[in-house]
Amino acid sequence: MKALIGMLFGLCLALPGWAGEAQPVGEDPVIEQRMNKLAEELRCLVCQNETLAGSHAELAEDLRREIREQMKLGKNDKEVIQYLTDRYGDFVLYRPPFRSYTLVLWLGPLVFLIIGGVSWYFVMRRRRALRVTEQVSREDLDKAKALLEADSR
Amino acid sequence: MKRWIPLIVFAVIAGFFYVGLSLNPREVPSPFIGKAAPEFTLPVVGQPDKTFSPADAKGKVWLLNIWAPWCVSCRQEHGVLMQLADMGVPIYGINWKDKDRDAEDLLANMGNPYVMTGDDLDGRVGINYGVTGTPETFLIDKQGVIRFKHIGPITPDAWKKKIEPLFKELNT
Repeated sequence: MKALIGMLFGLCLALPGWAGEAQPVGEDPVIEQRMNKLAEELRCLVCQNETLAGSHAELAEDLRREIREQMKLGKNDKEVIQYLTDRYGDFVLYRPPFRSYTLVLWLGPLVFLIIGGVSWYFVMRRRRALRVTEQVSREDLDKAKALLEADSR
Repeated sequence: MKRWIPLIVFAVIAGFFYVGLSLNPREVPSPFIGKAAPEFTLPVVGQPDKTFSPADAKGKVWLLNIWAPWCVSCRQEHGVLMQLADMGVPIYGINWKDKDRDAEDLLANMGNPYVMTGDDLDGRVGINYGVTGTPETFLIDKQGVIRFKHIGPITPDAWKKKIEPLFKELNT
């Protein structure tokens, strides 16, 4: 009985051996590599926070196919990007380009950092000003000491 | 004056949230507004000998509706499209990635609002139009220039407020 179970178990382990190797969709490894590298700089428009390289969405597969074909036609990376932005606009770029309408996006954090830094500086200045800088006289010091000692009895 | 600063900061941040959260990230602006509708020649659904190109609709102000039989939102839109077609709005369709070949039956059963529907099986025409999903509808003028893109199903509200005014204007 144990032997039988052992054999069945062994067979199950062997099942994945039947699986074919994942079909490489592109035949040309150079283009495939170029395409993947480019696709990491592009956005999947369906799952908008994923790159075109990582997304499993059907549109993403279609667009990867388009990129492969454009590259086979001899287009360089810049031309392929132009091909996509002509159709989908700047949003297809994963890294937002630096343009007039993305100024707030790019400069915003820096501006807030500066505002924060300046405010911090002024607050620190005011705190320093509040510290007592007057010289206290020897007399007053002794009086204060006596009062404090009187209290603690 | 200093005491108002937290309130002002809150108001500014709240303002950004109010605007930002009301925006729909699906509504990616189309780079085609103001440009000529990209060329294509597709076989017509139900009439395999005929072909459909944007040139066929030249001289008309028309809607190009990209849809698919497997698309649930398109069913919602279908009733509205039938009404618009009855009102005389020229609507041409593109059947996008219909792998199961259901378009012809669907149009026969539910009604056909389209003058013609092109069969874009591999989705390449869709990519040429910057389509990211269905339904999407382009409003194209008499010279074949894309003037407006509507993403998502056309609701009676969207037609009245956004598309109809432009449609009427282009027709004068």
